[in-house]
Amino acid sequence: MAGILVLAEARRGELRDVSLELITAATELKAKAGGELAVALIDATPERHAARLAAAGVDEVLTVRSPVAQFEPHVSARAVEGLIERLRPTLVLAAHSIDALGFVPAVAATGGRGFLSDVTALGWDDGPVAIRGAYGDKLVAEYDFPGKATTLLLLRAGTFAPAAAGDGGGGARVTEVAIELDGVARTEHGGYREVPAGDVDITKADFLLSIGRGVEEKDNIERFEELARRLGATLSVSRPLVDAGWVPGARQVGQSGKTVKPRVYLALGISGAVQHLAGMRTAETIIAVNTDPEAPIFGVAHYGAVIDMFELADELEQALD
Amino acid sequence: MKVVVPVKQVVVLDDEFELLPDGSGVDPDGIESELNEWDTFSLEAALQLRDAAGDGEVVAITVGDEDAEEGLLAALAKGADRGVRVWHDELQGADALAVARVLAGAVGRESPDLVLCGVQSSDAINSATGIALAGFLSLPHVAVVTGIASDGSALTVERELEGGLVELVRVSLPALLTIQTGINEPRYATLRAIKQARDKPMEVCSPADLGIDSAQLAASIGARRRRLAMPDRGGGAEIIEGSAADVAARIATIVKERMD
Repeated sequence: MAGILVLAEARRGELRDVSLELITAATELKAKAGGELAVALIDATPERHAARLAAAGVDEVLTVRSPVAQFEPHVSARAVEGLIERLRPTLVLAAHSIDALGFVPAVAATGGRGFLSDVTALGWDDGPVAIRGAYGDKLVAEYDFPGKATTLLLLRAGTFAPAAAGDGGGGARVTEVAIELDGVARTEHGGYREVPAGDVDITKADFLLSIGRGVEEKDNIERFEELARRLGATLSVSRPLVDAGWVPGARQVGQSGKTVKPRVYLALGISGAVQHLAGMRTAETIIAVNTDPEAPIFGVAHYGAVIDMFELADELEQALD
Repeated sequence: MKVVVPVKQVVVLDDEFELLPDGSGVDPDGIESELNEWDTFSLEAALQLRDAAGDGEVVAITVGDEDAEEGLLAALAKGADRGVRVWHDELQGADALAVARVLAGAVGRESPDLVLCGVQSSDAINSATGIALAGFLSLPHVAVVTGIASDGSALTVERELEGGLVELVRVSLPALLTIQTGINEPRYATLRAIKQARDKPMEVCSPADLGIDSAQLAASIGARRRRLAMPDRGGGAEIIEGSAADVAARIATIVKERMD
């Protein structure tokens, strides 16, 4: 047992950026883990991305040809079983992504392997050590994986800097791995659909006033829409307000919504679930207002205030009158 | 249609929670609990499918101590037909995979047409239990579902991907889906239904009753927590102190500076 296997991801013919972040994480641990660093891509045309995946530090790129054109969880699970059997890696690193969450827990569970999701930092102490949030990200916890021959970890996107993609001149071997995958799929792809564009493109706004669950009621939204207008800001929201049907999806910031990078992001009544932070943490200036001093949003904000968003709105409105 | 819905009574830390001095956990005085938000959506989806099919039942199953019965009762009050609670003290601190192993015992003997799990729990946020359960049960599975259409023997579901992209996926029954928030509007229980929930069948059993012994349970655990700590907020946010008026004035100044 030795070495690290990275599971790269592609969607609709494009390599997903998180793949190169996983390679960075793996190269940082490689010396301690021992063995080789292999990067595998399971895809209908995996060879298209092999050169880019052959980044510095990667010993081998493994291409696994999927018989289906799109991601399919049971095909991916079987392929990863085959790769683990072949390489016997100590560590398998994948993304904490919608695709990986759709099959990696099953691979870990059925194989009695080590497993942790949404990992934000890695270490080594006679075996892998991983850090993640706990209790709704209000705390952090450290885990190890005693007695596990292979441990699968899902790393949070945006946590590790992406490695420079290979340029085709690297020293990594590229190997096509034949794994029997015909007939393994148990779901059938039926097409893609984009969330309809709204009346506004929040990714283009310089100043976003963003509201979350703290707004409490649908009837309160209009007030913050008006406040945003008067401040010269565009209104955006966190997921619960879209889930409730109060605001169209085009205004949603976060993993399943839009990724925004305004000059100022003023977050009112948003606690800062990881999926939300993924969409706004690169804003130039983040100001967070929340009544809960432990809200995770304060971890990424530049300025914070522990007050009620309605009291703040009262004062901002008065100043504008 | 017979639908099984695994639910979880989640932990909510109150404003004044404290860590235990040895970092092994949180002081119980700072802990409240509630039915996991995601599970209210998976339960609603199950109730709608049962009612649309015109027959069948919805079985809510939880892994938890007596306090978790509250979550199960909430599910029964909303319309689940019966509940199952599995517990043994050795499950204290069980991770997602160990819980999935136990659920596999309880769900498997029901032979359901469909298993609907929440995508994640609001306290652990592993997003793993449902798909691990599908692995143990060898059920076809789709994760992060935001829409379901059923023709009785197969489902066409919407799967929510990153960046506002939705994938349509077809899967035959039996199957397991993990359900995302916003898929429906979860119902509230009436006061009458809350009272009547206690009269619905609720079975309490142990992993051993499901044929899972201590060794199997220990082997299924995917990770061991070594330490719990307050997050390092880095430099963290500069906290603006003072009255609401002071905060408003300072925010206005910061915005003006940054936007100029």
